[in-house]
Amino acid sequence: MLLWLLAILIAAAVAPTVHRGVGSLGRGSLGGWVLAVVPAGVFIALLTLWPSVVNQQDVSVFVDWVPALNLAVSLRLDGLSLLFGLMVTGIGALILVYAGAYLKGDDRLGHLWMLLLLFMAAMLGLVLADNLLTLFIFWELTSITSYLLIGFNSDRPESRASALQALLVTGGGGLVLLPGLILLGLAGNSFEISMLLTSAEPIREHSFYLPMLVLILVGAFTKSAQFPFHFWLPNAMAAPTPISAYLHSATMVKAGVYLIARLHPILGGTAEWFWMIASVGAITMVLGAVLALRATDLKQILAYATISVLGTLTLLLGIGTEATLVAALAVLVAHAFYKGGLFMVAGAIDHSVHQRDVRELGGLRIAMPATFAAAGLAGCSMAGVLPTFGFIAKETWYESVGHIAGNGFLAASILSNIGLVAAVGFVCVKPFFGGRTESTQHAHEGGPAMWGPPVVLGIAGLALGLLPTRISELLATGSGAIAGRTVSVHLALWHGVNVTLLLSLLTLAGGITLYWILRRGQLHRLKPYFYFFEGVIQYGPSRVYHWLLRTVNQFARGQTALLQNGYLRFYLFTMVGLTVASVWMALGDELRSHLEPMPLDVRGHEVLLACLILAAAVVAVRAKTWLLAVGALGVVGYCVAGVFVLFGAPDLAMTQFVIETLTVVLFVMAFSRLPEFRRLSTSATRGRDALIAVVAGATITVLLLFAMTVRSNHPISDYYLAHSVSEAHGRNVVNVILVDFRALDTLGEITVLAIAAIGVYSLLTLRPPKQADGEDDAAEGTEECSRKDAAGTQLDSTAGRAVDAEGV
Amino acid sequence: MDSVILKTAIRFLLPLLLLASVFLFLRGHNEPGGGFVGGLLASGAIALYAMTHSAAAARQVVRVPPRFLIGAGLLFALVSGVAPLFFGRPFLTGLWTTITTEGLGKLHIGTPLLFDLGVYCVVTGVTLVFVFSLLEE
Repeated sequence: MLLWLLAILIAAAVAPTVHRGVGSLGRGSLGGWVLAVVPAGVFIALLTLWPSVVNQQDVSVFVDWVPALNLAVSLRLDGLSLLFGLMVTGIGALILVYAGAYLKGDDRLGHLWMLLLLFMAAMLGLVLADNLLTLFIFWELTSITSYLLIGFNSDRPESRASALQALLVTGGGGLVLLPGLILLGLAGNSFEISMLLTSAEPIREHSFYLPMLVLILVGAFTKSAQFPFHFWLPNAMAAPTPISAYLHSATMVKAGVYLIARLHPILGGTAEWFWMIASVGAITMVLGAVLALRATDLKQILAYATISVLGTLTLLLGIGTEATLVAALAVLVAHAFYKGGLFMVAGAIDHSVHQRDVRELGGLRIAMPATFAAAGLAGCSMAGVLPTFGFIAKETWYESVGHIAGNGFLAASILSNIGLVAAVGFVCVKPFFGGRTESTQHAHEGGPAMWGPPVVLGIAGLALGLLPTRISELLATGSGAIAGRTVSVHLALWHGVNVTLLLSLLTLAGGITLYWILRRGQLHRLKPYFYFFEGVIQYGPSRVYHWLLRTVNQFARGQTALLQNGYLRFYLFTMVGLTVASVWMALGDELRSHLEPMPLDVRGHEVLLACLILAAAVVAVRAKTWLLAVGALGVVGYCVAGVFVLFGAPDLAMTQFVIETLTVVLFVMAFSRLPEFRRLSTSATRGRDALIAVVAGATITVLLLFAMTVRSNHPISDYYLAHSVSEAHGRNVVNVILVDFRALDTLGEITVLAIAAIGVYSLLTLRPPKQADGEDDAAEGTEECSRKDAAGTQLDSTAGRAVDAEGV
Repeated sequence: MDSVILKTAIRFLLPLLLLASVFLFLRGHNEPGGGFVGGLLASGAIALYAMTHSAAAARQVVRVPPRFLIGAGLLFALVSGVAPLFFGRPFLTGLWTTITTEGLGKLHIGTPLLFDLGVYCVVTGVTLVFVFSLLEE
């Protein structure tokens, strides 16, 4: 199984090359056929495993990754993953071919194939994963690849906004999902789904049950566009049609449904499960159908219809009887076939006449016969017309829902289906019948790569309807995996005249009537209802999303303006103040209790050196010219180096001397271009700064005194001293520490130095054109100092480590 | 800066200072010194030359752009870290060997020297980037 994923990933890696290679032959869309061989191969490989899966044989792979963290890559094929895997690879192969025709001659075709294949690998991994964390990683990969796919037309702002919205909603859902999965793993004491199956009972009674269920469901609902997270899916239609057909009908949006199905045997069967999932599913189902009728764009209609079907799947899984689970899988299969086909039909129409507004379309049946045939087949399946598989699915659905107590769900199902039948009218009837409109004058049929895939899907939907025995087998195994026990399924096209058939007929009749009313322009009668939905539901969650996005941005801007205001004095004030405050808050009591008078045992020249440092510091502060200030600072530095000499740290002293020299040189270089010192601050400000400086200095002094009293009995330096020669072949412990014992730190530090150099270089050389303003110059000068300071600090900190090392 | 004394002196001091920096760098493992202080000394010498003559003249002395020094230094350090991996030892473990050359005697040499050379190059390169950017502004 790992091999399949690897094959698809390799295909993704070579996709751009294939596109270039084939493009040079002058047959742009040929690459799609070539690349489709890989998913088609995986599809066939999955088919060969069909018998063993149906016979409940174990097909799994386990690769230990980080055993200490319970991380493993484990894949497992059962009925449910086989069903999804077949859809992902089978439809994926068709989409690759179709995409080749759709974007023929476009340079980005190779890029598109690559992204589609990457997505395919992520989705296949998701449905095969047997470890919760593996599943989560693939889950996130699908979010990321779908972000790239939705934003494929990256030059269009609305495309980018839609991609970002999809990423934020599904990515945010993923963020919520992760703690849910972790809670599940903790409660079940394992992250392997097959292990969790055996401890389902204790998990359902665990105190984590409710929180984990809510968290996991939020993740699943965002991914599968359930109310109130449904708003991202119609916007995702900004992507080119092959992407919409693949991600937003056949595969990705079903990942949430898959997760619910996958976890049903572990978490399902409780009242919480039933009410949370079934109610959200029912709302989404009806909402999607109503909104589909409001839309006029072909792809929007299909997107809302998809939301409705996703709601249905959620509802059926939420109810969770054996019959509804079978019905869910039947609807899932039927939907994958007809919705994938209809999206490709919509894409073919768009490609041919550059118009997707149903009001502007008409009379295409002559110009695009093959597309019309595909639309007819898919439309029949979607409307549930005999003898398609869509009919069987709808029969099973009505039958299973009708058997549970309460008819609310059945009524909602019928209502939503009436809406979907009317939507079929807009998608499959309106564009093809009637006279030609202005925009369809020049309609023409695309190549076989354009109409072939939807026709194949349509015929497959018809064939499954006529011969439902083989698929029954798969549905039985699949729903067995969802139910956690063996389920027997006997699908048949004709059950005789019974209540379900009458309901189906009622649905069709209602749908056709509704289409007729809407088509005749008598929309105004229904308008009040639509307005109600529009105001409350369509814009509600979407508004919240935009409000959140705006607020977060505003907050970020406000916070940046507050903390990154560009005044060097403010940064210094914050840094020094926070350091001092945190030292006293963390160690205040200990510092006070450890302060004892220390015996002063000093020699004369040491006192002299200390006095010199103090005097130079005072001079630096009081200096009227920059040269004097820089010189005085240099004196301070040299005297400190002198202290190092007196206390036996020659390495450090030497480094300090050189650094001090360089600092003075750099200061002179920087200051020589600046105006002379001017006194711009008030006495009060200067007093405040003096206070901060004194407090900070005192704090550091106290901290150093404190540090001397709390030394542990066995400093690490003993080890270094003892092993310097024997292990590192060096007598200079300081250097040995820098280049051997703690070389990793040094490697990090020189890397930071290099980054600092890049920063200084870009700040000094790449800046906006100078303004003829003296104030501006002064401001730049201050910045320069800060840059140099930063660099100096970096050098000092490296030297500082040497202090640690030498203070033995 | 138009100081004739400094200008003349630095022409003689520069080679001596650079030599001293190499000396400091090489003796670092056993006596006070090392790549860090060696690199600082070298860049200090070049900075003085750049101030008295010109940044362009100093660039001629260095021959390679300072950013090459930074890159090369990081590469040296990384190579000395990766090399032990090929011998089954952890990242950055020192590898030592003894080379015997006719007339020179025994030389005990190891990857930490390469690492220290990396430090030397990075420190020199970074400081020179500062100096040249400030002077050529």
